[in-house]
Amino acid sequence: MTIYRMPINTRTLTAVVFAATLLLATAGCKKKVAAAAPPPPPPVVEAPPPPPPKAQAPRIDSFTAEPTTIQRGQSATLRWSVAAATNMSIDQGVGAVQANGSQQVSPANSTTYTLTASGSGGTDTRSVTVTVNAPPPPPPPPPSAPKVTISGADMLTREAQDIYFDYDMSDLRADAQRTAAANAELLKRIFAQDPGFTVVIEGHCDERGSAEYNLGLGDRRATSLRDFYVQQGLPADKIRTISYGKEKPICTDANEACYQRNRRDHMAPAQ
Amino acid sequence: MKTRHINLLLGTAGLVILFAFALAGQVDIPGVISKKAEKPSIAVADMRGTGAAQQYMDVFNKTLWDELDNSGAFRMVPKTSYPLNLPQQPSDFRPPVLFSEWARPPVNTNYLAFGYTAVQDNQILLYGNLFSVGQPDVQSATVFPTRRYYGPINADGAKKVAREFAADILKQFGVMSLSGTKIYFVSDRSGSKEIWSMDYDGSNQHQLTNLRAITNFPAVSADGKLFAFMTYAGGNPQIRIHTADTSRRQTFVNPVSSSVTTPEFTPDGKTMLFAATIDGWLQLMTAGIDGSGMHRLSNVKAIEVSPRVNPKTGTDLLFISGRSGHQQLWHMNLDGTDREMLTTGEGDVSNPSWSPDGHHIAFCWTRGYEPGNFNLFIMDIADRKYVQLTTNSGRNENPTWAPDGMHLVFSSMRGRVTQIYSMLADGTNVRQLTTQSNNLQPVWAKGTE
Repeated sequence: MTIYRMPINTRTLTAVVFAATLLLATAGCKKKVAAAAPPPPPPVVEAPPPPPPKAQAPRIDSFTAEPTTIQRGQSATLRWSVAAATNMSIDQGVGAVQANGSQQVSPANSTTYTLTASGSGGTDTRSVTVTVNAPPPPPPPPPSAPKVTISGADMLTREAQDIYFDYDMSDLRADAQRTAAANAELLKRIFAQDPGFTVVIEGHCDERGSAEYNLGLGDRRATSLRDFYVQQGLPADKIRTISYGKEKPICTDANEACYQRNRRDHMAPAQ
Repeated sequence: MKTRHINLLLGTAGLVILFAFALAGQVDIPGVISKKAEKPSIAVADMRGTGAAQQYMDVFNKTLWDELDNSGAFRMVPKTSYPLNLPQQPSDFRPPVLFSEWARPPVNTNYLAFGYTAVQDNQILLYGNLFSVGQPDVQSATVFPTRRYYGPINADGAKKVAREFAADILKQFGVMSLSGTKIYFVSDRSGSKEIWSMDYDGSNQHQLTNLRAITNFPAVSADGKLFAFMTYAGGNPQIRIHTADTSRRQTFVNPVSSSVTTPEFTPDGKTMLFAATIDGWLQLMTAGIDGSGMHRLSNVKAIEVSPRVNPKTGTDLLFISGRSGHQQLWHMNLDGTDREMLTTGEGDVSNPSWSPDGHHIAFCWTRGYEPGNFNLFIMDIADRKYVQLTTNSGRNENPTWAPDGMHLVFSSMRGRVTQIYSMLADGTNVRQLTTQSNNLQPVWAKGTE
């Protein structure tokens, strides 16, 4: 360890001694120069020289911005024309320019550009301001379509009437045809107002007859009303049918009054 | 010697169903009355058990009696008329105990079942015997040599050995035990109509579907491995097929139709028959078990439902059609030929069901009653003679035959509630199988083994 340190310490010491010697030598030299200065010569009186021909002053003929007002994100064009200048520059980061030129700028905020033209004859400056307007806020959303005050489903629930059938029959009797015609007008209004609307005709039966036969009879009853609506000009593809047979009675008494209430077509919005 | 016995017994049992028609009595059916035969009578001696077996003998004795009684194959001889000394094994029959005690009044039986139980190898062991007591000696009286039956030492074990012994006795008379068979049905007790199943005696009821939608019209494949039904679970009524063991849904592609209903398996299990609405009319259809290869069996402006294939031939079917006016029972071949109406045109007919041998049809009919007041009827398809099985006992619907060909299961609305009942095909031995909520549309199926 010691062996390696010794040469380093020795070298450092040598460098310090050399630097000190230089400093001393320099100080001695300065004193010597001041002492040797000769007296100045006497002034010579002569006729004043003729004035030099007068230099032409630099002149900015024009400096414009086009347009002077932009939206943020748009750009404006600076144009200038300068005469008798040797150096021309525009601040705000544009830099040195030629005597005649143009430059597009897109300042983020309103900015005043200053053109400086200088030459042996002096300096001329002119400024132009580009006004930047913030973009307008987005327009308000268009007014929403006038809200449907009553949906097709609500109209159907409120106004549609059930169609009633005779025992074991599926054709529309006279009173049922009048009710069905009123329902058809209602459906026309609903379809006009709510073009996506689809109606389901449910066919129902009373509890007499087997469950499987009543399923078929309910299908007949629903189909019969659907056919009537199509004859009235309603679109077939917006009318679906389902038979519930005797599975969903309104009442369960074993008498004709209840049977009649259950022998019906009911209309519901499609799910 | 044994063969002679069996032939004699088979001959007797084969007539039981015909005898049943005579019992119903509303209509005389020529050719049936003349074959009228007595049911064989049987006495069943209460058995005792040794050691730990004894505590389960009440269950055992009741089960054995009920199994034989419910089969409908026998006239059961009341136990109160039996001699005091009950035989337990064939060697007990020696003077002064003789068959004659059983063959003569007051017992007056043709057959005697007897035996005893013991505990062996930690199981109940039943020694069961069946004697024909009209014979002169033990050897000729023995219908089958003493048989052994094993079961766990508990009430279920006692029932098991009793049922197996009863099944062996019934087999001697050509009668199938219903033990192990299943009844599929519709129940609304969970809040919606779902498919359920139960044992033949109403025990072990459990829910098979949980669709929370109107689900009905169960049908079971001949091998008992699949069941089909109609459900509103997908919106409009469609058919689904599930496995019987785990109720796992199988692929069945329905036709595009507002209603697809009344499914039925052909006996080979390869084809489905059903009804689907086409142009507003329910029509008969057939398709593969997955719904492929669909085609129409009927093309008529009438409602047609409930296609039911002859289980014996697999080539002809019953169905319900309104093509003549009211819904009536019709018959035709699967290819559409030989179509004919089997009922008279009066009233409304529904729910046809073939007997397992293909000779008889059970169905419901309002003939003679107000619309909707269905009663059960049975028709002999050979001569179209029919008898009415129910009268003034509610609205009776959906009869289907048990695999033994002797029992029917059906639903009956008595009051405002519908429950499931079983009975012999002669209208006797009526037993109510369900009590909770409404239960209907039963189908009696073989067990899956």
